[in-house]
Amino acid sequence: MLLKLLFRNAFRHKLRAGLTICGICVAILAFGLLRTVVSAWYAGVDASSSTRLVTRNAISLIFPLPLSYKDKIRGVEGVKMVSLGNWFGGIYIEEKNFFANFAVDSKTYLDLYPEFVIPPEQKLSFLKDRKGCVVGRKLAKRFGWKPGDTIVLRGTIFPGNWEFILRAVYKGKNKTIDESQFFFHWDYLNETMKKVQPRRADQVGFYIIGTSSPDIAASTSKSVDSLFKNSFAETLTETEKAFQMSFIALSQTILMVIQLVSLVVIVIILAVVANTMAMSVRERMNEYAVFKTLGFGGFYLSILILGESLLITAIGCAIGIIATFPAADAFARAVGDFFPIFNISSRTIYLDMLAALIVGVVAAIFPIWRAVTVPIASGLGRVG
Amino acid sequence: MAPIIEIKDLTKSYRRGNQSIVVLENISLNIEYGDFLALMGPSGSGKSTLLNLIAGLDKADSGSIKVGGIDISLLSESMLAKWRSENVGFIFQFYNLVPVLTAFENVELPLILTGLSKKERKEHVTTALNLVNLEDRMDHYPGQLSGGQQQRVAIARAVVTDPTMIVADEPTGDLDRASAEEVLRLMERLSGDIGKTIIMVTHDPRAAKKANNMKYLEKGVLANAPEASFSECL
Ligand SMILES: Nc1ncnc2c1ncn2[C@@H]1O[C@H](COP(=O)(O)OP(=O)(O)O)[C@@H](O)[C@H]1O
Ligand SMILES: [Mg+2]
Repeated sequence: MLLKLLFRNAFRHKLRAGLTICGICVAILAFGLLRTVVSAWYAGVDASSSTRLVTRNAISLIFPLPLSYKDKIRGVEGVKMVSLGNWFGGIYIEEKNFFANFAVDSKTYLDLYPEFVIPPEQKLSFLKDRKGCVVGRKLAKRFGWKPGDTIVLRGTIFPGNWEFILRAVYKGKNKTIDESQFFFHWDYLNETMKKVQPRRADQVGFYIIGTSSPDIAASTSKSVDSLFKNSFAETLTETEKAFQMSFIALSQTILMVIQLVSLVVIVIILAVVANTMAMSVRERMNEYAVFKTLGFGGFYLSILILGESLLITAIGCAIGIIATFPAADAFARAVGDFFPIFNISSRTIYLDMLAALIVGVVAAIFPIWRAVTVPIASGLGRVG
Repeated sequence: MAPIIEIKDLTKSYRRGNQSIVVLENISLNIEYGDFLALMGPSGSGKSTLLNLIAGLDKADSGSIKVGGIDISLLSESMLAKWRSENVGFIFQFYNLVPVLTAFENVELPLILTGLSKKERKEHVTTALNLVNLEDRMDHYPGQLSGGQQQRVAIARAVVTDPTMIVADEPTGDLDRASAEEVLRLMERLSGDIGKTIIMVTHDPRAAKKANNMKYLEKGVLANAPEASFSECL
């Protein structure tokens, strides 16, 4: 009977109840989509990282790892190939000409990166020339470099003027490949360092690991890191995309903003539901006073009001969750392959429900307090 | 036999801003079992206030109210609520039915607190609705009933728990003459046939005539009905 009353109370004002439910539904939908974008973001990073892992010093990228790790990593189960490199940080003429330049173990590196497409004869001449370098098509165009040109970079991390001869220009396999990088032989860097600063020789900035399958990325990362646990240079291994993401502070900020917005959505809908409940309960003060007159205590009033609030939020939440699926589908189609994986996780749905529960409870608190504490005589109003 | 209600030196005042207004002053009154008492007096004289105190809806400043030997001014808020649900049936001027519940459900409402089974509740409700002659309207909502019919549902709600007493605050105040007549006849039956103790606040001398006892309240002081003003009202 109380349950019946609770249901009928909730829909006494059909328009108001409908609009409130609509609001909750839209809020839950927005919340769900935003959460799904966040998880798709991370899912996208993981998926596109495919089979490559990056191992770096656990403390910070600026601390190197010993060259001796190369053979040890190669022994880890699941590791097919190991390459290595250093961020060189050289400057071409002046600082504003910035581009990424790396010293890499050339043979293995090019094998690990088939998306850098190089004509076979250029590749051969690059591999044969100790001072040779390979640059992306866009970078070559930017400075008008042709194969055979001499390029001088001023070292910042590794002091001195470093002379390279352009031997190859790579082209990206597809549009997403960065065509503005600069690579040269790690051996050239290392041998030079052996002569000028022997203490800094045989030190590797990062290892790149090719695994046999994306499925074992996580387990391989763990095995590699545990291999060097408690050594003087502990490692941090993660998928290549995750490694790259850690550079992009911007994306972190965007994710933060999205999370914040989804929180704001919940707070707004809380205000809407609280307002609806406050309005309904104020209109029914007289009825609640009658209930109290008949001997119904605060417990019953709380059940009635809380139940009504939860009922409305639950309905809105349910419709919102159901609507999230087609909306997410449409969204995924609209953004194309930007998010290779766009699935609504069960975690998102649990968060939806949790948010609705909190909204339902919090919105009921003040009206319950009002209904329970108002003196019966004034609740009944002036009746003559 | 001791009176069912013994009121002694009851005083009640309300605060308005920083001054307090005395509404009831040293009221003493005994009401016997089965009495049908009409409480009359001009508007603002404190009739409703007195009724609310007797019914345990409000607390007096001083004095005592004993109902069936229990001093209800000493009961806690929750004990008072329980006491009300067992001992008092309420009839209001504006019926105060719950609009989203049917006549049947409105009458059933006070029984929710009694722990009766669904079947027992149904029996009680049917009996009460029979008494007010509305058994054919039990599935109607208050909005589908006339004022007189709503008040009769309210009377059924007031008697369904078989309370010690019934309090009614201007039960005919919002009704046309014919409906009022019907409601009063019902109250008479409750008093005469069933022997309920009834306290009814009213403006209406015709209503007061149905009662077997009458008190007159003026400016917070109780008096026996002055013949003059009584006939004046007529
Ligand atoms: N809750 C209240 N707060 C302040 N004053 C009140 C309150 N209830 C009643 N009063 C005052 O008490 C006096 C008596 O009111 P009431 O008992 O309702 O009179 P009656 O029912 O005889 O018309 C009036 O002057 C009224 O304004
Ligand atoms: Mg009154």
